[in-house]
Amino acid sequence: MDVRSRNEEVSPQLLDLIPKAKKEWRMNEEGRTQNNKNTKKDKSCCEERKLELRLGPPGGEDWFLPHNHNTKNSDESVLYLGYFPSQQTEKISTSPWACSSSSKASSFLQFPSCSPQSMPEKKAFSSSSSANPAVSSNISQKRTAPGPVVGWPPIRSFRKNLASNGISKTAHETQQQQNDVADKVAGKKPVVDNVGKGLFVKINMDGVPIGRKVDLNAYDSYEKLSSAVDELFRCLLAAQRDSSAGGIKNKEEDEEKAITGLLDGSGEYTLVYEDNEGDRMLVGDVPWHMFVSTVKRLRVLKSSELSAFTLGNKQHKKAT
Amino acid sequence: MPRIAYAFPDEVLEHVFSFIHSDQDRNAISLVCKSWYEIERWCRRSIFVGNCYAVSPVMVVKRFPKLRSISLKGKPHFADFNLVPEDWGGYACPWIEAMASAYPWLEEIRLKRMVLTDESLELISKSFKNFQVLVLSSCEGFSTDGLAAIAANCRNLRELDLRESEVEDLSGHWLSQFPDSFTSLVSLNISCLGSEVSTCALERLLAGCPNLQSLRLNRAVPLEKLVNLLGRSPNLVELGTGAYTSEMQPDVFSDLSRAFVGCKQLKSLSGFWDAMPYYLPAVYPISSRLTSLNLSYATTESPYLVKLVSECRNLQRLWVMDYIEDSGLEALAVSCKDLRELRVFPSDPFGLEPNVALTERGLVSVSEGCPELQSVLYFCRQMSNAALVTIARNRPNMTRFRLCIIEPRKPDYLTLQPLDAGFGAIVEHCKNLRRLSLSGLLTDRVFEYIGSYGKKLEMLSVAFAGDSDLGLHYVLSGCDNLRKLEVRDCPFGDKALLANAAKLETMRSLWMSSCNVSFGACKLLGQKMPRLNVEVIIDERGPPDSMPESCLVEKLYIYRTVAGPRMDMPGFVWRYTGP
Repeated sequence: MDVRSRNEEVSPQLLDLIPKAKKEWRMNEEGRTQNNKNTKKDKSCCEERKLELRLGPPGGEDWFLPHNHNTKNSDESVLYLGYFPSQQTEKISTSPWACSSSSKASSFLQFPSCSPQSMPEKKAFSSSSSANPAVSSNISQKRTAPGPVVGWPPIRSFRKNLASNGISKTAHETQQQQNDVADKVAGKKPVVDNVGKGLFVKINMDGVPIGRKVDLNAYDSYEKLSSAVDELFRCLLAAQRDSSAGGIKNKEEDEEKAITGLLDGSGEYTLVYEDNEGDRMLVGDVPWHMFVSTVKRLRVLKSSELSAFTLGNKQHKKAT
Repeated sequence: MPRIAYAFPDEVLEHVFSFIHSDQDRNAISLVCKSWYEIERWCRRSIFVGNCYAVSPVMVVKRFPKLRSISLKGKPHFADFNLVPEDWGGYACPWIEAMASAYPWLEEIRLKRMVLTDESLELISKSFKNFQVLVLSSCEGFSTDGLAAIAANCRNLRELDLRESEVEDLSGHWLSQFPDSFTSLVSLNISCLGSEVSTCALERLLAGCPNLQSLRLNRAVPLEKLVNLLGRSPNLVELGTGAYTSEMQPDVFSDLSRAFVGCKQLKSLSGFWDAMPYYLPAVYPISSRLTSLNLSYATTESPYLVKLVSECRNLQRLWVMDYIEDSGLEALAVSCKDLRELRVFPSDPFGLEPNVALTERGLVSVSEGCPELQSVLYFCRQMSNAALVTIARNRPNMTRFRLCIIEPRKPDYLTLQPLDAGFGAIVEHCKNLRRLSLSGLLTDRVFEYIGSYGKKLEMLSVAFAGDSDLGLHYVLSGCDNLRKLEVRDCPFGDKALLANAAKLETMRSLWMSSCNVSFGACKLLGQKMPRLNVEVIIDERGPPDSMPESCLVEKLYIYRTVAGPRMDMPGFVWRYTGP
């Protein structure tokens, strides 16, 4: 595989650019497109910063792609993302399905500002933290018990809990194994999968419309569960706060408030669960292994909404 | 030249066209001229709709009045991994209803990743007098009641295949709904069902259907019953066992072995749930006949596994769990010279440390020893550029290569470098590569290679890879035959997407989740590209209209369509509508 000599230069530079790029990738206050601070090849058409798009044929001749390196030896490997000089005519492509390499480069609108990037300055995006608030950031860094990354590794649900669970199975258990899906029609599918290595239970949080699932077998104590719940929902809560405040979402500078005091009633939220008899209980009262064997689903409630009714059930249970 | 075309009466042209079966060729014929379009549409018997929202049932019925067979696909592929919320769509009902009135002679319906109700199943069973084939692959929304309707009413049913669907399993009694006079069954796949089916009903069914060639049972069918069933279907070519476990009884063993031998056409085995090592050797007598073996449900760590696989000298397809380990794959490479497809699934996908001795070495061995190997799906925990380069050089005939290194962003374990060079070698050497899935630590470089060399690539799956928009741009601008692109957790954003907007109309679909595409870009795309549906799956933050344009969308699904915006979008799917 040919390795361009340029690459050796690029890689270390790329790493150097990460902290810089992170700052540059901030959204500016007018809510426009992410800036590409490119000083080297700045053609100063950056006055127009609106988002625009290009409808030219894919792979048309106007593209100077760095992979033409074997013919060019320019050390300015320039990528034009649709920058056109202003005198070009604007024609709208008429054959929508045609993947033609027609030389009539029909350009609809000029692509913005973000003038040609040169390779050394391309943004090395630190993807682990910024792309997705809902994905636990554990996965990329640590080797401790990771939070669940939805859909990874990419295996079908019915393969997840295949680890043998003994020879005789009831039909119900078998069905649970075969119908394991993260979000199912309520009331029709089981919410707990109790076989093999994963013990996934649904968890919903007040104010967060879309529920999640946690694997209780990944934890061995209430503390670990509590911190996992904190991590799972912290970003989502912050996102909700941002949206309700109408503020600009800025992931890197977001201060996410930790969700604490889930187990002792001291925090804004409290963790409760439904057991196999349908009763709602506070999490933390029974030994961990007993909890794991009876829990059916989890909820994170606002502490202020814990009613006497909820606690009454628990007390009743304690008495019996 | 036009004169020559007019010289043929329509009937002659129609007769000529009847020899053309491939969808692409048929589509090409219809583009030649108006009269060919007309003739062709009246004699098209079978269509495949890769995205059920790309066209409407009304349009299909209008254009092709005489269809006998239809295949539809619904949800995006990533729905298999729970990335698409419930109730997203993919409803088969409007299609079934349209076809029920338009095609009384419809014979075959094949659905994948669609939602189907019992009512639709009943409608199918009553609307099509000569209904023969129902294949429901990864579908959901129906119960065994719907299946009962099919069994009861489809007198000419040949094929009922529920592969990997989620069926609300009310009971096994539906199988008894096949009438005594029913004889036409050729293929039955109920492997996804949870509850027990009546063995009597099964035996009666098999006794009545002498042409049965493919039978895939579900896990609830015990091993002892399998023997009886095999005895009644001596013409089986494909068998899926139930639970492959029992008390260790020499009688059962020898009966089983004899039953296997008695099915002289048997070439394909699957099932093997809870496979007990004790019973694996029952397969040995027929191992040299086997061309396909699916042991991916067999959670068996056993040397019998390796021995079995080595005995199958004519094996073309092997699906297995990583219990086979590198040593087993080496044995496979020595024995199975006709191997074409290998899939290795992880036994402990969520564990952090390896639980089996399966590494890149196993795959390298197979690539060296099996000259016909074309299709690979491989889950492992470590990979190196050197191994990938070796595989690429060994197997330039590779057409499908899907590698999943379980830990995201894991580098080459020998050099700690990204795996760009390795995957680059794959696309460079495997010139007919049609499908590729990437994993491990990857920079924009790998996408540059893919854009340069992946000229035949049709489907690409990317996760946790790349550094910037350049990556996406390389792929969209370089892969001429790209039809499906699915991306998750990559720093790809507006620039590359907007710059390649035209490309999106040449593809079936694009999925991007946890990337860096902004709401503003989605709005712009939706605004400017009327032949694309740009659908944003909303997350907790609320609908995009309420967000600043610079906010990033969590999940985005873009597909080309001539049917306009879909009418059945749930509340959490947003599409640009305004001016």
